Amino acid sequence: MKHYSALGLLRNALGRNRRWTPAWRSAGPKKSYDAVIVGGGGHGLATAYYLARDHGLRNVAVLEKGWIGGGNTGRNTCIVRSNYLWTEASLLYEKSLKLWEGLSRDLNFNVMFSQRGVYNLGHSLQDLRDIERRVNANRLNGIDAEVVGPAKIKKAIPCINTSPGARYPILGASLQRRGGVARHDAVAWGFARAADALGVDIIEQCEVTGIEVRAGRALGVATTRGAISSERIGVAVAGNAGVLAKMAGLRLPVESHPLQAFVSEPVRPVLNTVVMSGAVHGYISQSDKGELVVGAGIDAYNGYGQRGSFPVIEQAMQAVIELFPAFSRVRMLRLWGGIVDICPDACPIVSKTPVEGLYFNCGWGTGGFKATPGAGWVFAHTLACDRPHELNAPFSLERFSSGALIDEHGAAAVAH
Amino acid sequence: MLLIECPWCGPRAETEFSYGGEAGIFRPADPHALSDAEWADYLFYRSNPRGTHRELWNHAQGCRRWFGVERDTVSYRIKRTYCLSGASGGQPDGSAGGLEAGSGKRR
Ligand SMILES: Cc1cc2nc3c(=O)[nH]c(=O)nc-3n(C[C@H](O)[C@H](O)[C@H](O)COP(=O)(O)OP(=O)(O)OC[C@H]3O[C@@H](n4cnc5c(N)ncnc54)[C@H](O)[C@@H]3O)c2cc1C
Ligand SMILES: [Zn+2]
Repeated sequence: MKHYSALGLLRNALGRNRRWTPAWRSAGPKKSYDAVIVGGGGHGLATAYYLARDHGLRNVAVLEKGWIGGGNTGRNTCIVRSNYLWTEASLLYEKSLKLWEGLSRDLNFNVMFSQRGVYNLGHSLQDLRDIERRVNANRLNGIDAEVVGPAKIKKAIPCINTSPGARYPILGASLQRRGGVARHDAVAWGFARAADALGVDIIEQCEVTGIEVRAGRALGVATTRGAISSERIGVAVAGNAGVLAKMAGLRLPVESHPLQAFVSEPVRPVLNTVVMSGAVHGYISQSDKGELVVGAGIDAYNGYGQRGSFPVIEQAMQAVIELFPAFSRVRMLRLWGGIVDICPDACPIVSKTPVEGLYFNCGWGTGGFKATPGAGWVFAHTLACDRPHELNAPFSLERFSSGALIDEHGAAAVAH
Repeated sequence: MLLIECPWCGPRAETEFSYGGEAGIFRPADPHALSDAEWADYLFYRSNPRGTHRELWNHAQGCRRWFGVERDTVSYRIKRTYCLSGASGGQPDGSAGGLEAGSGKRR
């Protein structure tokens, strides 16, 4: 792997950028691997990277049906934070946030992680009580969190409407200063390049069409590029988790829904932090290019179509204009959808399954981008050791029959 | 936006309806006879198909009745809507796949 540096950038610029080489090999599938990861999103690529780096498993393939990062990894609104309510969840997301803080250096790839702070707004007395409870819970878990009032919010975000006459007046917010955004494509590319350098085969245009199971053991996968045998198979396909589970004869407590986001035309710097509101259901930040990045809520119905309904877009726009009246004249340029995998308790599944050698990482729903490094890290541990790390042990499939759900639905404000 | 045909009121905009999830899930007659895994399957596990999905919708801002919809989850195209068994009209194809009479809404 060619090391990226400021000097290299300069040298290549002087060479008219003709000497750049591909960031990862375009590998073809081998007949067998020590571990196969299905899904070349951030989670799958991170899993392969940590398998190779921390567990010495280098004969690993990542199988991606399209192009890497073309799923939810390249479709999300990039919000990263760890201020979840329950200890199990907040420790998992905090592990991830710690990894984010060193990620560009670890990967030698600028993932543009920007800790510009995340505000979760409260619009009612009950919202405020919930915010105080969550902030206290976070602090007890060693996670930075503070409660801020309307005056401070207005000072930090001058264009926000804090007038008491607003339809949903802003009464306060939680603030996690270490939260922020990262560049989603760079996360996929950075993990791919670093995993490739450790020997991982990244195989695009390779759709898994079947999982071979015999006597309760996974033995390999059928793909559009031939059969591949492996006794360790990790599935990280987000919204398609149910489809892969069915291939192995399993059912999951997960349903797939469309989730939409959109960006505006670029405008001058106007918003230097991330604002989320569970009550009006919108969240917004500004990209480095100047676009306002707006996320909506999920469509209520099941969907695999990577697009959603118009009323949901309208609701999200109403929310944003309610908070930022000045944005009413900004034009939206692009709009897209992803398929998110929703669990009944709004928490992920990172788990062994009833099939030996088959592992699932799914159920991250609307909020798994922030977890990309952490999910990869615990999933790699689970695959390598055939048992979960203590951080993901509570996120097993068994919790649905034991009843030990981790209810993050309302608790984590908007689910991102 | 989906155009959904309520069996009683005809085609209406999606915004008039609320979604009730997968159809054909009945509360077990004797929950105590179930293992934890069977109970979990009833409560939390869903078929979540990529393709034809049988689901419940309620005409919340219209006649407020529940009915069944068969919809493709990839194209979102609605194949048909039908009355639930027990409700007036019955199942057009006589098959199961709805609510029991009087069991009310699920969510
Ligand atoms: C609009 C939107 C906004 C969001 N906003 C946020 C946010 O602000 N913050 C946050 O933390 N999270 C957010 N999320 C959620 C986040 O994007 C996801 O939880 C996360 O990116 C999931 O990563 P992944 O690698 O598991 O999935 P993906 O990136 O979807 O990767 C899965 C890959 O599997 C591949 N695949 C599927 N089936 C097969 C097959 N049969 N064979 C081979 N490959 C297959 C797909 O092509 C895909 O590339 C948002 C999601 C959406 C859609
Ligand atoms: Zn009606």
